Amino acid sequence: MLSIKNLHVSVGDKPILKGINLEIKPGEIHAIMGPNGSGKSTLSHILSGKSGYTVTEGSATYQGKDLLDMPPEIRAREGVFLAFQYPVEIPGVSNVYLLKAALNSIRKHHGQSEVDAMDFLTLVKGKVRLLEMDEKFLYRAVNEGFSGGEKKRNEILQMAILEPKLCILDETDSGLDIDALKIVSEGVNSLRSPDRSFVMVTHYQRLLDYIKPDFVHVLAHGQIVKSGGPELALELEEKGYSWLEDAEASA
Amino acid sequence: MSASTQEINNLINQEYKQGFVTELETTTFLPGLDEDVIAKLSKIKNEPEFMLEYRLKAFRHWQTMKSPEWAFVKFDPIDYQSISYYSAPKRKEDGPKSLDEIDPQVLEAYKKLGIPLDEQERLAGVAVDAVFDSVSVATTFKGKLKDAGVIFCPISEALRDHPELIKEYLGSVVPISDNYFAALNAAVFTDGSFVYIPKGVRCPMELSTYFRINAANTGQFERTLIIADEGSHVSYLEGCTAPMRDENQLHAAVVELVAMKDAVIKYSTVQNWYPGDKNGLGGIYNFVTKRADCRGENSKVSWTQVETGSAITWKYPSCVLTGDNSVGEFYSVALTNNYQQADTGTKMIHIGKNTRSTIVSKGISAGKAQNTYRGLVKVLKSAENARNYTQCDSLLVGDQCGAHTFPYIEVKQPSAQVEHEATTSKISEDQLFFCQQRGLSAEDAVSMIVNGFCKEVFKELPMEFAVEAQALLGLSLEGSVG
Repeated sequence: MLSIKNLHVSVGDKPILKGINLEIKPGEIHAIMGPNGSGKSTLSHILSGKSGYTVTEGSATYQGKDLLDMPPEIRAREGVFLAFQYPVEIPGVSNVYLLKAALNSIRKHHGQSEVDAMDFLTLVKGKVRLLEMDEKFLYRAVNEGFSGGEKKRNEILQMAILEPKLCILDETDSGLDIDALKIVSEGVNSLRSPDRSFVMVTHYQRLLDYIKPDFVHVLAHGQIVKSGGPELALELEEKGYSWLEDAEASA
Repeated sequence: MSASTQEINNLINQEYKQGFVTELETTTFLPGLDEDVIAKLSKIKNEPEFMLEYRLKAFRHWQTMKSPEWAFVKFDPIDYQSISYYSAPKRKEDGPKSLDEIDPQVLEAYKKLGIPLDEQERLAGVAVDAVFDSVSVATTFKGKLKDAGVIFCPISEALRDHPELIKEYLGSVVPISDNYFAALNAAVFTDGSFVYIPKGVRCPMELSTYFRINAANTGQFERTLIIADEGSHVSYLEGCTAPMRDENQLHAAVVELVAMKDAVIKYSTVQNWYPGDKNGLGGIYNFVTKRADCRGENSKVSWTQVETGSAITWKYPSCVLTGDNSVGEFYSVALTNNYQQADTGTKMIHIGKNTRSTIVSKGISAGKAQNTYRGLVKVLKSAENARNYTQCDSLLVGDQCGAHTFPYIEVKQPSAQVEHEATTSKISEDQLFFCQQRGLSAEDAVSMIVNGFCKEVFKELPMEFAVEAQALLGLSLEGSVG
């Protein structure tokens, strides 16, 4: 699915990622954990195509293609989805309009016809119920006046409708209370499938109580300093990040 | 400048799709303006004597006036002697009786613009008056409208057939001395539409005028007069396009609306004159005076405009709220791109008691364009309990354009309530990236964000034109991404 090799990324002259290696197979869930400033968000941004970053070395191959060479909308149409840490507001554009435009651009890319309006509404309403959202959300402007939890749920709704192959969740748990966290996690779990992979970027272990990862990687100072199974997250919860950062510093 | 700011800037090259020229045999006056030219103009149009006097009076007044300089626009002085004041496709003696007699090239031009004049191919439920350079070439559905008692004809025809209405109403809202361009228009206007809706009649279809400038070095001076008698109701729409030419062309129109007791006029404009090329060469100077008099009690006038064209736009569709309980509305989207300049807004003059006005203005600037909202809300002493609400939003696309807001508020009546809200925002890189990350191209994303920004205004447009306006905005921002 995704193969990252020796990836170095800078913002301006400042190196942020310093040689990331990561292999993600279809159906796997990888959690990327790490302290603030370790490069977690940069990793989600560079994979999804946000501008302002320079790749100085290394590669990222997605389904056999050079991911870093694709414009962001092509990545999206090819199945890369970023659930934003801070979803933006778009005044005057209804949620349902955005969803339909997005779905149709993806379908067009794959040579499919535009989705029929009735079929689309049926699809959307089903997903809305799944995420325990109010149907009124569909007709409100994208994220405008939404609470933090509503915005995050809206991201998962978009994911559920666009059915991406590689889902990157950037701090999806931040700003969520426990009830919202449960609903969002259930939404994500319902999307798990053998041909869909997830990269969950998170600061805290608590998200992993609800979405069980197959692998946990710890990012510090722009490198993956430790990888392991779900038990690694529990260890981090107990000891914090400093023992790993110290270990790296003394290494 | 970051990569996506660059992308936004690249979005701005648009192609103007109405820029073709129609080759025609025409009757065109030599450039120049004096009393003889005006007399010749009046004669060729076979006008009654009082019109020539009206024109000459306006011309003499105009000569004492100076071109206004207060607007936030820049242009070189206009040489009024280098403009031709009349150009019309050659036609048979009495003008065309049916479409068969109209030059097929003219019909073809309108067809290309998506305005078929053949009633068989008509836009359902819309009657069209087609004004080509200085003359009206066709008016559709005249018969059907006549059955309802509605007069919808070229104003040059109304001068001959309905002189009593003309005498009573022409210049009664915008007098000849009103302003420089209005005085010039009164002296030299050539054609335009005339509408009279009799008492109690609800006009059975949308009325629309399509203005086309074709000839080079010609000014278009059209005059529109709409009278809605007591209890009547009319919805009117105008559209405008012109060929791409390197020199600037002047369009100085006057539109007068009169709404009597309980009458409602809805006036919508989709203005897409040639805006000039991306270096600012050529384009139409759109210097227009539009004003409505809500003369009767409970009358209502609603202006909706979508302004995407013209090198310079200078226009302030206004409402004089004379009648008690009368209502004035102004909904505007003005988009400027490349080197376009717009100074536009409205005036709401509250005179009667309990008069209400609403202003919603959306300005969008892209490229190196300057976009100005200028508005006046004036509440006279007599206007007890007058209310106004103004909302004025600006959206910037890229980082080389400007948005300016000049609201003027004058209130002489203590019971009046006047509200003003204004915002300025920018299409952020985060919004753009978000949309792209959902699979939309940068172009589609900008178009969607801009359309969202304009939604409150678009919902005021008649259905079929709302779709056209949305497409037009998308087109105006279309271009080359990355």
